Amino acid sequence: MAGIELSGIAKSYGGTEVLRDVDLAVGEGEFVVLVGPSGCGKSTLLRMIAGLEPISAGELRIGGRRMNEVPPRGRDIAMVFQSYALYPHMTVARNMGFPMEIAHRPKAERAGPVARAAEVLGLQKLLDRYPRALSGGQRQRVAMGRAIVRQPQAFLFDEPLSNLDAALRVEMRLEIARLHHRIGATTVYVTHDQVEAMTLADRIVVMNAGRIQQVGTPMDLYDRPANRFVAGFIGSPTMNMVEGTPVPDGLRLADGTVWPAPPGARALGIRPEHLHVSPDGTGLRAEVQLIERLGSDTNLFCEAPGVGPLLARVHGDVNVALGSTVVLTPDLARLHPFDAEGRRVVQIR
Amino acid sequence: MAALGRPHPALVAGKYLALAAYVAFALFPLYWLVKIAVTPDRLVYSEGTRYWPSAATWDNFREVLGSDFLRFFGNSVIVSLSTAAITAVIAAGGGYAFSRFDFRGKRLVSALLLLTQMFPLLIIIAPIYRIVAALGLLNTLPSLIVTYTAFNIPFALFLMQSFFDGIPKDLEEAAMIDGCRRMQALRKVILPLTLPGLGATLGFVFTAAWSEILFALMLIRKEEHMTFPVGLLNFVSKFSVDWGQMMAAGVLALVPSCLFFAFIQRYLVQGLTSGAVKG
Ligand SMILES: Nc1ncnc2c1ncn2[C@@H]1O[C@H](COP(=O)(O)OP(=O)(O)OP(=O)(O)O)[C@@H](O)[C@H]1O
Ligand SMILES: [Mg+2]
Repeated sequence: MAGIELSGIAKSYGGTEVLRDVDLAVGEGEFVVLVGPSGCGKSTLLRMIAGLEPISAGELRIGGRRMNEVPPRGRDIAMVFQSYALYPHMTVARNMGFPMEIAHRPKAERAGPVARAAEVLGLQKLLDRYPRALSGGQRQRVAMGRAIVRQPQAFLFDEPLSNLDAALRVEMRLEIARLHHRIGATTVYVTHDQVEAMTLADRIVVMNAGRIQQVGTPMDLYDRPANRFVAGFIGSPTMNMVEGTPVPDGLRLADGTVWPAPPGARALGIRPEHLHVSPDGTGLRAEVQLIERLGSDTNLFCEAPGVGPLLARVHGDVNVALGSTVVLTPDLARLHPFDAEGRRVVQIR
Repeated sequence: MAALGRPHPALVAGKYLALAAYVAFALFPLYWLVKIAVTPDRLVYSEGTRYWPSAATWDNFREVLGSDFLRFFGNSVIVSLSTAAITAVIAAGGGYAFSRFDFRGKRLVSALLLLTQMFPLLIIIAPIYRIVAALGLLNTLPSLIVTYTAFNIPFALFLMQSFFDGIPKDLEEAAMIDGCRRMQALRKVILPLTLPGLGATLGFVFTAAWSEILFALMLIRKEEHMTFPVGLLNFVSKFSVDWGQMMAAGVLALVPSCLFFAFIQRYLVQGLTSGAVKG
């Protein structure tokens, strides 16, 4: 097992720059998840680590060794593709043993690791099948089996669960988490499902437009997003954002309400779950336009005149009528102040 | 379809009836070929339109097998097999490059390849003759192999390219991550999956070369190097056509084609790549 270090990595296709200034160190045994909107360069970055895409600038080290010029087979990494990329003309057993076959390990020696991986993944009964005779989830497992059989320095996953239906996704997510606990291998995992990111990651890397926006533990990103992009990207439903004019003790919203904010703040973010709803009192008044009852929670889509749409999420059910006016008060400790450039303003208390 | 339940029996019957009618229509010429081949000479004209002659004979076959015909036959086999093999190798290499790599001049080469397919062969027969003559290849089998190969490559190459395009790039990349060099990935993963494509290409080129007559007529004058379609013309003499022997030769000519397709047909089975990716 080994760590992966990226320093000053950049990628351009012809004239178009896709990735810039990527610095990241993945520790030994760490599970790092790359998230970001479609087209932000996650797959490209992963493929550069794998050696499938040349690196335009910067340095890549795996286990302390410079890898920029090393072909994929020399990097000792395993990758699970979004499409699974199983070899259709080989049985499950041969698919999983293929890396050892290429390494000229004798047949007798291959059977052991394949059988062990099959056991871990519950594939024992399927070893003689061909990929075409497997369900999506089983194919997914075989692809993971092929990766773990080799005991590589690091695992790379590119949206491995995005082709599965919702229920299977949850199941496989747990399986991956369990597998990581068991094997403890260095892993870089690409997804745009933030539940996957939050639940699996030791650290999350949020990317946008080819640049890293923030790196941190899931709770870091949730509690202290570094900028408005991360604030909007992490957390579901999305964080509310209100703008206002600075006054000495905070930010005055369009309706005159003043929410506390440090100097320099131009906008305040507040997550729906940190917005309290009361039938009356003083505070930001808003009209309830839509109610979503999820059972465990209720989402109230409100419109505050001049301030904009605000979503409040309350635990359990609430007795609020559609079209009625409610008073919204933020959990003051959970306000996220951002400056004019969208960067988080460090709070001085 | 299966989800819709069993179709009505009448529909099934109708479908098979239509298929049977089509097969009968398509195979009728073949049937007629065989019929004339076994008809004795004296009955060919008198019993012309009967569905089976009153007497059948192997005489025509015996005559044909005793003549030069076996040599024509052998020449054709050599030419067709060599053409098919060489074309398939070149088309596979070229098709792979076209499918997987971006290189300068790709569009130009591909446009030129298409261009070669646009001229009627008749126009270029004279220049080809001069080139072959200049190379000193007139009256040799290689002259045919080279020309056939040249003329079949464009189509075969595009055919192969489309087969390679159908194989996900992920598979090669997975193989390379699993420890393969590019050539190994090609041999262990891509080649086995391209067999249907290779089979189709081989079959196509083989048939084209087997039945080609224009170049064969032009480039080969010596009896001992003639291919079978040219040899067939020997049965047409100035004053008459020896129908029986000609048809017998025709029946024999079908044999290699049938054998060849019987051999490659298992590679023609589609759907070999299913299961590689999410289905
Ligand atoms: N061969 C190429 N030539 C030019 N641009 C490319 C090429 N390959 C990818 N790109 C561009 O690079 C950017 C990053 O692509 P990438 O596949 O890494 O995105 P991604 O973050 O994985 O997106 P998704 O979530 O949709 O998979 C995209 O804007 C894409 O258009
Ligand atoms: Mg991607």
